[in-house]
Amino acid sequence: MAVTARPTRSATKLDVARIRQDFPVLSQTVHGKPLVWLDSASTSQKPRQVLEAMRAVYEEYNANIHRGVYEFSERTTAAFEDARAAVARFINAPAAREVIFVRNATEGLNLVAYAWGRDNIRKGDRIVTTVLEHHSDFVPWQQLAMEVGAELVVVDIDEEGRLRLDQLRAELERGAKVLAITHTSNGLGVINPVKEIVGWAKKAGATVVVDAAQSAPHMRVDVQDIGCDFVAFSGHKMLGPVGSGVVWGRAALLERMRPFLYGGDMISRVSIERSEWNELPWKFEAGTSAYVDAIGLGAAVRYLEDVGIDAVHAHEADLVAHLLPRLIAEEAVTVFGPHDTRDRVGVVSFDVKGIHPHDMATLLDREGIAVRAGHHCNNPLMTRLGVAATTRASMYLYNTLEEMDALVAAIRKAKKVFGV
Amino acid sequence: MDDLYRDHILDHYKNPRNYGDLEGATHHYHDTNPLCGDEITMFLLVGDDGCINDVHFTGRGCAISQASASLLTEKIKGKTLDEAKAVDKDAVLEDLGITISPARVKCALLSLKTLKGAAWGLTAWPGEEPKEAAKG
Repeated sequence: MAVTARPTRSATKLDVARIRQDFPVLSQTVHGKPLVWLDSASTSQKPRQVLEAMRAVYEEYNANIHRGVYEFSERTTAAFEDARAAVARFINAPAAREVIFVRNATEGLNLVAYAWGRDNIRKGDRIVTTVLEHHSDFVPWQQLAMEVGAELVVVDIDEEGRLRLDQLRAELERGAKVLAITHTSNGLGVINPVKEIVGWAKKAGATVVVDAAQSAPHMRVDVQDIGCDFVAFSGHKMLGPVGSGVVWGRAALLERMRPFLYGGDMISRVSIERSEWNELPWKFEAGTSAYVDAIGLGAAVRYLEDVGIDAVHAHEADLVAHLLPRLIAEEAVTVFGPHDTRDRVGVVSFDVKGIHPHDMATLLDREGIAVRAGHHCNNPLMTRLGVAATTRASMYLYNTLEEMDALVAAIRKAKKVFGV
Repeated sequence: MDDLYRDHILDHYKNPRNYGDLEGATHHYHDTNPLCGDEITMFLLVGDDGCINDVHFTGRGCAISQASASLLTEKIKGKTLDEAKAVDKDAVLEDLGITISPARVKCALLSLKTLKGAAWGLTAWPGEEPKEAAKG
């Protein structure tokens, strides 16, 4: 399973009109208005190429992987392992066997917290994390800390919404066994300088777990460049199907870890008395994997490579640069997070005085605009911001500047309804 | 723009009736919708004859949840405790007079949940942990 380099196109401008033709759902209407999908941080829409790859498995060669010796099983197994190689290349993993397919980032992070955490974190150890974490990268560590009596250290953000790097560095220097940190915030869209942070963590001897659920779909995630030990992300947020996800880990760590789940495919030998584990990555893929979904994720990764992940990032920056000043200038609107476009992805959280986020989301829906309203699985951050919920617009490669204008216009309309 | 946010909903949201703490309340119950952060506390002042002599609520949240609470206080003021216990969700939705989508039903019915909690003298809804006092 060698990982071959694939040339990445330079960050030329995306041909958004052409890209939109690949996404059948984008031509739908909602309440008689064209759909404006601004909830990609929750889940992305899927291009035909992904749907086609999955349809082809089911209609042309479906068979369980790693089981049969017949033609179909060999084809499905090859497609599954091809998808793994594609993901490995996408994140620049040193070896495809370090790429483990899971259901989503949540399962990947739990895998690390259980299979690595329970054997490596002891009473009194310090677990460092941040207030920006999604519950999926917060609760597993909080529960581990409670279970073994470790100390959970939660690093704050500054008034702008950026991570307090001074505080993080000081906490790491005080000692840390593990650092669990999100690459980009799902609530505020800020990008954390993880490469620099990993340098501090490594000096402290900490193992570093990076939640890339909100970064891998939108920007380059190079695990070797970042220098961390584990990375997890979900396929469904990056054009892939629901049920596909990845946790990457350094082989040296994965090999020393106990399995997370026991069952079929993850064993090499079972007797009445004992069992021996399969080699990587299958040691961590118990039971029949969601192989069709994994194959779909492989197609999604190839799609992102073809359009160019740097171009996706640049496009989202253009959208944010267009939207931010217009929202900030809007009377009664509060934008959470930094008010500049530096180091952020296409996520903009806001509140309109006098209109609860759920009412706002309902009114935007009537205009065909889908946004997320709520706490974004981010209770500690909401508490830190002093709000119960926000309205969040999140962008992707298929969104347009016109849709940003449509959002602002719909917010104005909502303000009129509420007399704000 | 929208039949969901009819004038009477927005009126009850912006000018909630029977709003504020109720001194000497004999019954009260607080509850939240953790997903949206809606919260309502319902206060009842019930006389010896079982009549609800006064009812107030406090809370914050979306227009649907707060308007629903305001409407509900108007509905039960002067009624008996037994009548309050008998109010069902259809009555609350009918008073709102709008079509509530499945995602917003919880907002619309939080007021009823707090009324029932207060009327039945609950400290916690069956199957739920006792809630903390209103969060700041």
